[in-house]
Amino acid sequence: MSEKRSLWEYANPRKFMGLSGTLLPWVAISGGALLLIGLIWGFFFTPDDYRQGSTVKIIYLHVPSALMAINAWFMMLVASLIWLIRRHHVSALAARAAAPVGVAMTVIALVTGAIWGQPMWGTWWVWDPRLTSFLILFLFYLGYIALWSAIENDDTAADLTSVLAIVGSVFAVLSRYAVNFWNQGLHQGASLSMDKEENVADIFYYPLLVAIAAFILIFVALVLLRTRTEIRARQLRAYMARERMQ
Amino acid sequence: MMVDLGDYAVPVISAYISSIVILTVLIWASLSRSAKVKRELEEFESKRKSNG
Repeated sequence: MSEKRSLWEYANPRKFMGLSGTLLPWVAISGGALLLIGLIWGFFFTPDDYRQGSTVKIIYLHVPSALMAINAWFMMLVASLIWLIRRHHVSALAARAAAPVGVAMTVIALVTGAIWGQPMWGTWWVWDPRLTSFLILFLFYLGYIALWSAIENDDTAADLTSVLAIVGSVFAVLSRYAVNFWNQGLHQGASLSMDKEENVADIFYYPLLVAIAAFILIFVALVLLRTRTEIRARQLRAYMARERMQ
Repeated sequence: MMVDLGDYAVPVISAYISSIVILTVLIWASLSRSAKVKRELEEFESKRKSNG
Protein backbone atom coordinates (compact mmCIF):
# COMPACT_ATOMS: atom_id res chain seq x y z
CA MET A 1 0.00 0.00 0.00
CA SER A 2 1.45 3.36 -0.96
CA GLU A 3 2.01 5.88 1.79
CA LYS A 4 -0.24 8.93 1.51
CA ARG A 5 1.81 12.11 1.59
CA SER A 6 0.52 15.30 3.17
CA LEU A 7 1.54 18.93 2.88
CA TRP A 8 1.68 19.06 6.67
CA GLU A 9 4.73 16.82 6.76
CA TYR A 10 6.75 19.86 5.60
CA ALA A 11 5.84 21.48 8.91
CA ASN A 12 8.61 19.22 10.21
CA PRO A 13 11.73 21.47 10.16
CA ARG A 14 13.98 18.64 8.93
CA LYS A 15 11.69 17.88 5.97
CA PHE A 16 11.28 21.57 5.23
CA MET A 17 15.05 22.05 5.19
CA GLY A 18 15.44 19.14 2.77
CA LEU A 19 12.79 20.30 0.33
CA SER A 20 13.67 24.01 0.52
CA GLY A 21 17.37 23.22 0.04
CA THR A 22 16.52 21.50 -3.24
CA LEU A 23 14.04 24.13 -4.45
CA LEU A 24 15.89 27.28 -3.45
CA PRO A 25 18.59 27.44 -6.17
CA TRP A 26 16.05 26.74 -8.94
CA VAL A 27 13.56 29.32 -7.70
CA ALA A 28 16.29 31.92 -7.20
CA ILE A 29 17.87 31.38 -10.63
CA SER A 30 14.46 31.43 -12.38
CA GLY A 31 13.48 34.61 -10.52
CA GLY A 32 16.75 36.36 -11.38
CA ALA A 33 16.55 35.31 -15.04
CA LEU A 34 12.93 36.42 -15.38
CA LEU A 35 13.72 39.75 -13.70
CA LEU A 36 16.48 40.39 -16.23
CA ILE A 37 14.21 39.42 -19.14
CA GLY A 38 11.24 41.43 -17.86
CA LEU A 39 13.20 44.59 -17.12
CA ILE A 40 15.27 44.50 -20.32
CA TRP A 41 12.13 43.82 -22.39
CA GLY A 42 10.20 46.57 -20.65
CA PHE A 43 12.98 49.14 -20.60
CA PHE A 44 14.47 48.69 -24.06
CA PHE A 45 11.78 47.11 -26.21
CA THR A 46 8.50 48.80 -25.33
CA PRO A 47 7.37 52.18 -26.66
CA ASP A 48 6.45 55.29 -24.68
CA ASP A 49 2.85 55.72 -23.63
CA TYR A 50 0.94 58.45 -25.49
CA ARG A 51 -0.03 60.16 -22.20
CA GLN A 52 2.70 59.20 -19.74
CA GLY A 53 5.67 59.21 -22.10
CA SER A 54 8.66 57.09 -21.02
CA THR A 55 7.57 57.13 -17.34
CA VAL A 56 5.39 54.15 -18.26
CA LYS A 57 8.60 52.06 -17.97
CA ILE A 58 8.34 52.45 -14.18
CA ILE A 59 5.30 50.14 -14.33
CA TYR A 60 7.62 47.07 -14.54
CA LEU A 61 8.90 47.84 -11.03
CA HIS A 62 6.00 49.63 -9.40
CA VAL A 63 3.17 47.18 -10.13
CA PRO A 64 5.05 43.93 -9.29
CA SER A 65 6.47 45.37 -6.07
CA ALA A 66 3.09 46.77 -4.97
CA LEU A 67 1.45 43.42 -5.76
CA MET A 68 4.06 41.56 -3.71
CA ALA A 69 3.87 44.06 -0.83
CA ILE A 70 0.20 43.16 -0.43
CA ASN A 71 0.55 39.44 -1.16
CA ALA A 72 3.49 39.10 1.26
CA TRP A 73 1.16 40.27 4.02
CA PHE A 74 -1.45 37.70 2.95
CA MET A 75 1.21 34.99 3.00
CA MET A 76 2.10 36.12 6.54
CA LEU A 77 -1.60 36.05 7.45
CA VAL A 78 -2.02 32.45 6.21
CA ALA A 79 1.18 31.33 7.94
CA SER A 80 0.08 33.07 11.15
CA LEU A 81 -3.33 31.39 11.06
CA ILE A 82 -1.62 28.01 10.58
CA TRP A 83 0.52 28.80 13.62
CA LEU A 84 -2.48 29.82 15.73
CA ILE A 85 -4.53 26.77 14.71
CA ARG A 86 -1.96 24.00 14.30
CA ARG A 87 1.07 25.34 16.22
CA HIS A 88 3.59 24.50 13.50
CA HIS A 89 6.80 26.40 14.24
CA VAL A 90 7.89 26.46 10.61
CA SER A 91 4.80 28.46 9.64
CA ALA A 92 5.43 31.06 12.36
CA LEU A 93 9.07 31.34 11.27
CA ALA A 94 8.03 31.63 7.61
CA ALA A 95 5.75 34.56 8.53
CA ARG A 96 8.63 36.18 10.39
CA ALA A 97 10.96 35.55 7.42
CA ALA A 98 8.54 37.15 4.95
CA ALA A 99 8.16 40.46 6.80
CA PRO A 100 11.48 42.12 5.78
CA VAL A 101 10.87 41.02 2.17
CA GLY A 102 7.43 42.60 2.37
CA VAL A 103 8.95 45.81 3.75
CA ALA A 104 11.41 45.97 0.85
CA MET A 105 8.58 45.44 -1.65
CA THR A 106 6.52 48.16 0.03
CA VAL A 107 9.45 50.59 -0.02
CA ILE A 108 10.08 49.90 -3.73
CA ALA A 109 6.37 50.50 -4.45
CA LEU A 110 6.31 53.74 -2.42
CA VAL A 111 9.59 55.08 -3.87
CA THR A 112 8.81 54.23 -7.50
CA GLY A 113 5.27 55.54 -6.99
CA ALA A 114 6.58 58.87 -5.69
CA ILE A 115 9.11 59.12 -8.53
CA TRP A 116 6.37 58.32 -11.06
CA GLY A 117 3.84 60.62 -9.40
CA GLN A 118 6.03 63.71 -9.45
CA PRO A 119 6.09 64.25 -13.24
CA MET A 120 2.54 62.89 -13.76
CA TRP A 121 0.63 64.48 -10.87
CA GLY A 122 3.05 67.31 -10.06
CA THR A 123 3.60 66.01 -6.54
CA TRP A 124 5.66 63.30 -4.83
CA TRP A 125 2.94 62.42 -2.38
CA VAL A 126 -0.75 62.95 -1.86
CA TRP A 127 -3.05 61.66 0.90
CA ASP A 128 -4.94 59.57 -1.60
CA PRO A 129 -6.79 56.45 -0.27
CA ARG A 130 -4.47 53.96 -1.93
CA LEU A 131 -1.24 55.76 -1.06
CA THR A 132 -2.33 56.33 2.53
CA SER A 133 -3.39 52.72 3.07
CA PHE A 134 -0.08 51.63 1.56
CA LEU A 135 1.82 53.84 3.99
CA ILE A 136 -0.16 52.33 6.88
CA LEU A 137 0.66 48.85 5.57
CA PHE A 138 4.34 49.84 5.61
CA LEU A 139 4.00 50.95 9.26
CA PHE A 140 2.30 47.63 10.09
CA TYR A 141 5.28 45.80 8.59
CA LEU A 142 7.66 47.80 10.79
CA GLY A 143 5.50 47.16 13.85
CA TYR A 144 5.38 43.44 13.05
CA ILE A 145 9.18 43.21 12.80
CA ALA A 146 9.65 45.30 15.97
CA LEU A 147 7.22 43.06 17.88
CA TRP A 148 9.10 39.90 16.88
CA SER A 149 12.38 41.49 18.02
CA ALA A 150 10.97 42.84 21.28
CA ILE A 151 9.73 39.52 22.69
CA GLU A 152 12.29 36.97 23.82
CA ASN A 153 10.00 33.93 23.96
CA ASP A 154 9.50 32.68 20.39
CA ASP A 155 6.04 31.21 20.99
CA THR A 156 4.70 34.34 22.67
CA ALA A 157 6.18 36.48 19.87
CA ALA A 158 4.56 34.22 17.27
CA ASP A 159 1.17 34.49 19.05
CA LEU A 160 1.22 38.28 19.30
CA THR A 161 2.58 38.89 15.80
CA SER A 162 -0.09 36.53 14.42
CA VAL A 163 -2.78 38.75 15.93
CA LEU A 164 -1.04 41.78 14.39
CA ALA A 165 -0.98 40.00 11.01
CA ILE A 166 -4.75 39.49 11.23
CA VAL A 167 -5.38 43.16 12.11
CA GLY A 168 -2.96 44.40 9.42
CA SER A 169 -4.67 42.34 6.73
CA VAL A 170 -7.46 44.95 6.78
CA PHE A 171 -4.96 47.50 5.46
CA ALA A 172 -3.54 45.01 2.98
CA VAL A 173 -7.07 44.63 1.55
CA LEU A 174 -7.57 48.41 1.65
CA SER A 175 -4.33 49.07 -0.23
CA ARG A 176 -5.54 46.73 -2.97
CA TYR A 177 -9.14 47.88 -3.20
CA ALA A 178 -9.04 51.45 -1.85
CA VAL A 179 -9.31 52.80 -5.39
CA ASN A 180 -12.57 50.90 -5.88
CA PHE A 181 -14.05 51.85 -2.49
CA TRP A 182 -13.47 55.57 -2.82
CA ASN A 183 -13.84 57.30 -6.15
CA GLN A 184 -11.42 60.01 -5.17
CA GLY A 185 -7.68 60.46 -5.17
CA LEU A 186 -5.11 60.61 -7.90
CA HIS A 187 -4.11 56.99 -8.14
CA GLN A 188 -5.47 55.18 -11.18
CA GLY A 189 -7.35 51.87 -11.04
CA ALA A 190 -5.69 48.45 -11.24
CA SER A 191 -3.24 47.95 -14.12
CA LEU A 192 -4.15 44.27 -14.27
CA SER A 193 -7.69 43.02 -14.21
CA MET A 194 -9.72 39.95 -15.14
CA ASP A 195 -11.54 42.33 -17.49
CA LYS A 196 -9.26 42.61 -20.53
CA GLU A 197 -10.73 46.03 -21.40
CA GLU A 198 -9.31 47.49 -18.18
CA ASN A 199 -5.83 46.05 -18.63
CA VAL A 200 -2.86 48.01 -19.87
CA ALA A 201 -2.18 47.64 -23.61
CA ASP A 202 -0.75 44.27 -24.70
CA ILE A 203 2.62 45.76 -25.58
CA PHE A 204 3.10 46.69 -21.90
CA TYR A 205 1.08 43.77 -20.53
CA TYR A 206 3.36 40.86 -21.48
CA PRO A 207 6.67 42.24 -20.15
CA LEU A 208 4.71 43.29 -17.06
CA LEU A 209 3.56 39.69 -16.56
CA VAL A 210 7.19 38.52 -16.83
CA ALA A 211 8.27 41.12 -14.25
CA ILE A 212 5.44 40.04 -11.91
CA ALA A 213 6.46 36.38 -12.26
CA ALA A 214 10.05 37.43 -11.47
CA PHE A 215 9.03 39.31 -8.32
CA ILE A 216 6.92 36.34 -7.17
CA LEU A 217 9.84 33.93 -7.63
CA ILE A 218 12.31 36.30 -5.95
CA PHE A 219 9.88 36.66 -3.04
CA VAL A 220 9.53 32.86 -2.73
CA ALA A 221 13.32 32.38 -2.93
CA LEU A 222 13.98 35.00 -0.27
CA VAL A 223 11.28 33.63 2.04
CA LEU A 224 12.69 30.10 1.67
CA LEU A 225 16.22 31.35 2.38
CA ARG A 226 15.15 33.44 5.36
CA THR A 227 12.91 30.69 6.78
CA ARG A 228 15.87 28.31 6.65
CA THR A 229 17.89 30.93 8.52
CA GLU A 230 15.14 31.37 11.14
CA ILE A 231 14.94 27.59 11.66
CA ARG A 232 18.71 27.42 12.23
CA ALA A 233 18.64 30.49 14.50
CA ARG A 234 15.86 28.92 16.57
CA GLN A 235 17.83 25.69 16.86
CA LEU A 236 20.89 27.67 17.96
CA ARG A 237 18.86 29.54 20.61
CA ALA A 238 17.51 26.20 21.89
CA TYR A 239 21.04 24.73 22.16
CA MET A 240 22.27 27.81 24.01
CA ALA A 241 19.32 27.78 26.40
CA ARG A 242 19.94 24.09 27.12
CA GLU A 243 23.63 24.77 27.74
CA ARG A 244 22.86 27.62 30.14
CA MET A 245 20.61 25.29 32.16
CA GLN A 246 23.30 22.61 32.51
CA MET B 1 21.40 50.15 -27.57
CA MET B 2 20.18 53.54 -26.34
CA VAL B 3 16.65 54.38 -25.34
CA ASP B 4 15.44 57.94 -25.69
CA LEU B 5 13.66 58.69 -22.41
CA GLY B 6 13.14 62.33 -23.31
CA ASP B 7 12.25 64.69 -20.46
CA TYR B 8 11.63 61.77 -18.12
CA ALA B 9 15.13 60.26 -18.15
CA VAL B 10 15.85 61.26 -14.54
CA PRO B 11 12.67 59.82 -12.96
CA VAL B 12 12.78 56.60 -15.00
CA ILE B 13 16.46 55.90 -14.34
CA SER B 14 16.22 56.85 -10.67
CA ALA B 15 13.24 54.49 -10.24
CA TYR B 16 15.26 51.62 -11.74
CA ILE B 17 18.40 52.40 -9.73
CA SER B 18 16.57 52.80 -6.41
CA SER B 19 14.65 49.53 -6.92
CA ILE B 20 17.76 47.60 -7.87
CA VAL B 21 19.64 49.01 -4.86
CA ILE B 22 16.80 48.05 -2.46
CA LEU B 23 16.60 44.52 -3.92
CA THR B 24 20.38 44.11 -3.81
CA VAL B 25 20.58 45.22 -0.16
CA LEU B 26 17.75 42.82 0.75
CA ILE B 27 19.40 39.87 -1.04
CA TRP B 28 22.83 40.69 0.43
CA ALA B 29 21.43 41.04 3.97
CA SER B 30 19.51 37.75 3.64
CA LEU B 31 22.53 35.86 2.32
CA SER B 32 24.98 37.27 4.86
CA ARG B 33 22.67 36.53 7.84
CA SER B 34 22.05 33.04 6.46
CA ALA B 35 25.80 32.38 6.22
CA LYS B 36 26.45 33.82 9.71
CA VAL B 37 23.73 31.76 11.44
CA LYS B 38 24.73 28.59 9.56
CA ARG B 39 28.39 29.06 10.61
CA GLU B 40 27.46 29.73 14.25
CA LEU B 41 25.22 26.64 14.37
CA GLU B 42 27.92 24.43 12.82
CA GLU B 43 30.54 25.77 15.28
CA PHE B 44 28.19 25.13 18.20
CA GLU B 45 27.40 21.61 17.03
CA SER B 46 31.05 20.71 16.46
CA LYS B 47 31.92 22.12 19.92
CA ARG B 48 29.18 20.00 21.48
CA LYS B 49 30.43 16.92 19.64
CA SER B 50 34.03 17.46 20.75
CA ASN B 51 32.86 17.95 24.37
CA GLY B 52 31.04 14.62 24.12
